[in-house]
Amino acid sequence: MFGFTAADYSAMFLSLKVAVTATLLSLPFGFAVAYLMTYRRFRGKILLDVAVNLPLTLPPVVIGFLLLILLGREGPIGKMVLQPLGIKLIFTWKAAVIATAVVGFPLMVRSIRTAMEGIDERLVQVSRLLGARRLDRIITVIVPLSVRGIIAGSVLMFARGLGEFGATVIVAGNIPGVTQTIPLAIYEYASSPKGDVMALSLCAVSISISIVVLVFHEWLGRRIVRSD
Amino acid sequence: MELRVAIQKRFGNFFLDTDFIINGERVGVFGPSGSGKSTLVGLIAGLTKPDKGTIILDGEPLFDSSTGVNVRTESRRMGMVFQRPSLFPHLSVKGNLLYGYKRCATENRKIAFDDVVQVLNIGRLLDRGVKHLSGGEKQRVAIGRAVLGNPRLLLLDEPLSALDDSLKFHIVPFLKNVCEAFSIPYLFISHSLLEMRIMTDRILHLANGRIVEETTAEDLVRKRMGESMAGYMNLLQLSEPRQVDALYAYTWGEGQLLTASGDERPEGLFELSSTDIMLFKSHPEAISARNLLRCVVVDTFEAGNRIGINLDCGGGRLVAEVVRQAADELGITAGVEVYAAIKATAFRKLG
Repeated sequence: MFGFTAADYSAMFLSLKVAVTATLLSLPFGFAVAYLMTYRRFRGKILLDVAVNLPLTLPPVVIGFLLLILLGREGPIGKMVLQPLGIKLIFTWKAAVIATAVVGFPLMVRSIRTAMEGIDERLVQVSRLLGARRLDRIITVIVPLSVRGIIAGSVLMFARGLGEFGATVIVAGNIPGVTQTIPLAIYEYASSPKGDVMALSLCAVSISISIVVLVFHEWLGRRIVRSD
Repeated sequence: MELRVAIQKRFGNFFLDTDFIINGERVGVFGPSGSGKSTLVGLIAGLTKPDKGTIILDGEPLFDSSTGVNVRTESRRMGMVFQRPSLFPHLSVKGNLLYGYKRCATENRKIAFDDVVQVLNIGRLLDRGVKHLSGGEKQRVAIGRAVLGNPRLLLLDEPLSALDDSLKFHIVPFLKNVCEAFSIPYLFISHSLLEMRIMTDRILHLANGRIVEETTAEDLVRKRMGESMAGYMNLLQLSEPRQVDALYAYTWGEGQLLTASGDERPEGLFELSSTDIMLFKSHPEAISARNLLRCVVVDTFEAGNRIGINLDCGGGRLVAEVVRQAADELGITAGVEVYAAIKATAFRKLG
């Protein structure tokens, strides 16, 4: 169908793999940051807020470049942490995951935070009065009551991850079969002569995945509403 | 229960400064809105931290700014019922009820699940979600949840205020019964003197963040009788209703009372204003009032320009009131026999 090459299929698979991994990897951190921002008072809260939301307003290319400097062979993290551990990130699919995670992170945090802020403070107080300690409260009250936000945030981040281009192309490159995701493949087809049809076919795939994700999101949302 | 509270807390312009020791199982905290009642219970529960002072419950310090003791809310074992039921929306009725029970140390679990379910009459609701319960059912589940946490002290923060009158007096017996049945001491917070009279033995009267007096609801009501046009409200627990023509006859003391309102329930709480009781020196020949009771004056008390009269009507007690001149004319002093006439329509059924 559509005459996709092995590299095209690999781009589709890689797109899904990168977006899923980035979302799952970010979930605990996203939840933790949203929790801190909603329930804890501490110094530097505004700074954390700005730092988390910065990728929302920065051009992805800037993020990609900063990541390249940080994680590259001569970068502080690259040199001090990654090299001694024998980890090579740059120009691998793992770098694409990191780029996607950073870019999508604020979307996830915002979603979860909005849900947490909507939880009746009284319910948290009641659980304390009934003897629930912090972790207990998080597991038995805060997670179940913000689950819609957690799902919405994850879906949003996953969808954003599928479209990630700017940061990925800088830290992971555009290597067919290795780091080339759907957007990168479309870019390559579009900039080559007679590549229009293939670019369009991949666009169709991209649209299909997006529709499936949105329908899934709606369905899950309704299921949750019905169950409570 | 002995509770000692000597704390200070500032919230913007509001300053709470209390210092009291109170003993008793049924203690009220009474005051107008904004007097600091909810702030006070929040501090006792540990939901907010006092600026300084001590909170000691039955000899155990819960908070002491001088030694740095501040027992966490989750370890204080305080049950709390708020104005709104605040049930966990993601849990069933049973899940809500058991939330505190499961987290209570085994050696402290003295109150059993089945007993509470029975006293509160919520057995048929257990497997249901909480969203579609009625207001009264929700509040009963909230009470059950707090009680099943096996608290040392129950903090009832205006638990009846959000309910309309009929629902309020539907909940009251459940609340009283559950606390009595499991001997849980409580602090009952309200701005309603009527609720205070039903629910408490002693009250702390709070105004502008300070305790003005420790008294009883009864004394407070009598003191306020002189200022109120409505008079003193007699609360009568009447039982064994029988239909007599279009009226209800309830047993009261050694006699009976005829009321226009009533129902088939075996017990009913009625309100009767002291201003609706008319006194006669001797037996009147014929009157329209359906109740004519022979009473003995127990004693009298002054309330503004009126005299409150404690009457013993064959075992039942009533407070009537007359203006000073009428008291003089009737020669009302302790031991005098009078007749009290009360219309059947003067009784207001509360629950």
